[in-house]
Amino acid sequence: MNRYPLWKNATVLIALVLGLLYTLPNFFGEAPAVQVASVKSTHKVDAKLLARVEEALKTAAILPQGIVLDLTSIRVRLPDTDSQIKAKDVIEKALNPVADDASYSVALNLVSDSPNWLTGIHALPMYLGLDLRGGVHFLLQVDMQGALTKRLDSTGADLRSLLRDKNIRHSGINRNGQTVSIGFRDAETREKALAFLIDNQPDLQLLEAQDGADLKLIATLKPVAQKRIQEFAVKQNITTLHNRINELGVAEPVIQQQGADRIVVQLPGVQDTAKAKDILGRTATLEVRMVDDEASADPNVMERAARGQPPPGTEYFVERGGQPLLVKKQVVLTGERLTDAQPGFDSQTQEAAVHLSLDSAGARIFKDVTRESVGKRMAIVLIEKGKGEVVTAPVIRTEIGGGRVQISGRMSTVEANDVALLLRAGSLAAPMEIIEERTIGPSLGADNIAKGFSSTQWGFVAIAVFMSSYYLLFGAVSVFALSANLLLLVALLSLLQATLTLPGIAAVALTLGMAIDANVLINERIREELRGGNSPQAAITAGYERAWATILDSNITTLIAGVALLIFGSGPVRGFAVVHCLGILTSIFSSVVVSRALINLIYGSRRKLTSVSIGQVWKPGA
Amino acid sequence: MEFFRIRKDIPFMRHALVFNVISLLTFLLAVFFLVSRGLHLSVEFTGGTLIEVAYSQAPELQQIRKQLESDGFTDTQVQNFGSSRDVLIRVPLAKGAETSKVGDQVMASLAKIVSTEATATADGAAFGLKRVEFVGPQVGRELAEDGALALLLVIIGIMGYLAMRFEWRFALSAIIANMHDVVIILGFFAFFQWEFSLPVLAAVLAVLGYSVNESVVVFDRVRETFKKKRGLTTPEVLNHAITSTISRTIITHGSTQMMVTSMLIFGGPALHYFALALTIGILFGIYSSVLVASPLVMWMGVSREQFIQPKIEKQEAVV
Repeated sequence: MNRYPLWKNATVLIALVLGLLYTLPNFFGEAPAVQVASVKSTHKVDAKLLARVEEALKTAAILPQGIVLDLTSIRVRLPDTDSQIKAKDVIEKALNPVADDASYSVALNLVSDSPNWLTGIHALPMYLGLDLRGGVHFLLQVDMQGALTKRLDSTGADLRSLLRDKNIRHSGINRNGQTVSIGFRDAETREKALAFLIDNQPDLQLLEAQDGADLKLIATLKPVAQKRIQEFAVKQNITTLHNRINELGVAEPVIQQQGADRIVVQLPGVQDTAKAKDILGRTATLEVRMVDDEASADPNVMERAARGQPPPGTEYFVERGGQPLLVKKQVVLTGERLTDAQPGFDSQTQEAAVHLSLDSAGARIFKDVTRESVGKRMAIVLIEKGKGEVVTAPVIRTEIGGGRVQISGRMSTVEANDVALLLRAGSLAAPMEIIEERTIGPSLGADNIAKGFSSTQWGFVAIAVFMSSYYLLFGAVSVFALSANLLLLVALLSLLQATLTLPGIAAVALTLGMAIDANVLINERIREELRGGNSPQAAITAGYERAWATILDSNITTLIAGVALLIFGSGPVRGFAVVHCLGILTSIFSSVVVSRALINLIYGSRRKLTSVSIGQVWKPGA
Repeated sequence: MEFFRIRKDIPFMRHALVFNVISLLTFLLAVFFLVSRGLHLSVEFTGGTLIEVAYSQAPELQQIRKQLESDGFTDTQVQNFGSSRDVLIRVPLAKGAETSKVGDQVMASLAKIVSTEATATADGAAFGLKRVEFVGPQVGRELAEDGALALLLVIIGIMGYLAMRFEWRFALSAIIANMHDVVIILGFFAFFQWEFSLPVLAAVLAVLGYSVNESVVVFDRVRETFKKKRGLTTPEVLNHAITSTISRTIITHGSTQMMVTSMLIFGGPALHYFALALTIGILFGIYSSVLVASPLVMWMGVSREQFIQPKIEKQEAVV
């Protein structure tokens, strides 16, 4: 008897139902939407903003079909593209009153039209790659040597000031490539310097060397430190890119690290590569300047300054909290002296605070400045696109030495996080270069989807027609198994949100074409058993069992090729490999388990089965 | 329906030498073309810029070439892609130039032609950018290396698996037969100067995994026949195994080919070479994995003893 135990049938049923459920969102299509995201990390997307958006739409008499708030954005779903564009203008005006100083990006987007209960169980449509939906793709190479050189340059300055502080005389500090050499006149001083620097510069590897009569210390960065600096550089560049791309108003940008020193940036829907490149390549700087407290306290001066006539030598700024103030033009410190900024808490008052780390030259300057200006305020200014913004302007309470600076007071934890991020994200830690660029027009994307889809469709139809006419009922069951395979594959791709590209669609087609092999093997084997004189029930059992080992072997060899592509492939090849590997896994299940379950259901319970519908079984000699 | 009504095992092994000579000749021819003509590598491998532009009316390619040359682009290739209104422009990497801006510059220079021409349509959109691909020099080299590494991993992986499941003779002959498929596909690409791109590389490796299947199915039968039937010579066993699987071989490959043909017809230019590589791979895959791999196994001296575990005679216990 060919019967599956209940649990096996249940497994098949559950798999198919789940497959159907997660494939479902792909059929609903997409609705026009407007997406609002914050450009400045200091402006949050929250329920308050949601209320503002709703209010703005109400006054303009636009009826949205739904508004969704998630962690980083608000999405307003609209009935048609006309109201989409209208809604975008309305929201843009309401949220960004000053056009060239936008706090929020308002972008046109498409959202899935699937019902909320599907979205609730994380059933989302497949994530389409750029070649299917159009957009720009950049691969940026971070100049790692550049990051190290930058660091060594500042190390040279640090060493100079450190040795001066300690009164250790040297005859010059120079950077040559990836090393810094320090010259000394006698061995004793060198000894002293070495002992001192080993304690103070844990990142440096120091070697004694002699060049003619000159005694030298050659400092190089330890491999561990190099690795840390480079990892930090990539991370910081990604953060900076994130902030900048937000300004472009791109709905769903992808910014990811690839390999040790590369960053992938994908901007769906963006066509203007020139503008995108300009924004990616821009630099932002951080400056610490003193606040002109006397002038800032004078309402008359401030009034005049607000009208664009600040006292000479000062600049008028509005602090993030809304307080106007005058800041001296003289720069005390620049962001290059900042090695890190982290949010935290004041150890005494438990207030939220931002901890800054300065390099040693910066620390020395900071110490001098704070000693002279206790009780005054200093402003931390972020300059981008030639425009400055005072991030915070804290009061100096005591002299601050050691390069550890804490900014606290009037800050919530969220604000502290934001400030730390802004300070870290101000500028690129290392130069970058575009090494790969791809722009795909939206029409080509739609074209690719249509072509990929019709290839799969007609190939499938051809196979279905052939299989059901050659193997009759068993062929129809094979076709059902093949559809189950397609269903599970699409469901899996939707569930994992793996990026579907054109080579990915080709892989779907190819995988289906290969997956039918398993069913052909089974059906041929059953025919062979019947030819050999077995009873139909025995032939079915033997057919499935004998074919199983072969199916497993052949799928594993195919999988080996797929995995190799997955490991070494990049770009289009990877898109192909992901689908190919997943497809092989689903095909083993559907062609063996699903088809057997169906065959068992049809024939399994018939006691006196004399023939099965598998097409003609030709016997030699008959 | 039953396509294959075979009464007796077909004596494939009698012609083993002929099959191998044919395949050796094809192989050598492929190697010859690979060496003499080389592969026409895509921008992904060589580095450079590729721009696809869609015009509303078929443009004069010669005019585009002239304009590009006068704007300082040397060695550019301009050709139609898919239809007469779609134009593909390739610009090789130039030293010193700001390579990542080539796309914008080419578009600007194309705009000049349209504005000087009266053919610009009423809505002003005489041509539009369909895609730009720019690949820097370092990426291309890496891709070639990664491709070679992937190939190596596939070979080692498949040989290891087959050696474990079957026998080293099977592993070796399967990989020889299928590597020769890969070389033949590459030979075709070299001979016709078809563009060898990343998707084609993916297709080649997928074919390698796929046509090893073929050998696996035959070898599976060989093992089974050795175990079940006594008194057959090795060529007879191989003949039997091939004959009894030939129906499945042809039907499976036919089905896969239906899918690939559909891709050739409906997939458009983007999938054209991908599907072409698969077609060649499938056709030669049948031939080589059946008619090349099996004789190789025979000549390497496969025999019944390698599959039958010597039975350990139970010894009577002496009390």
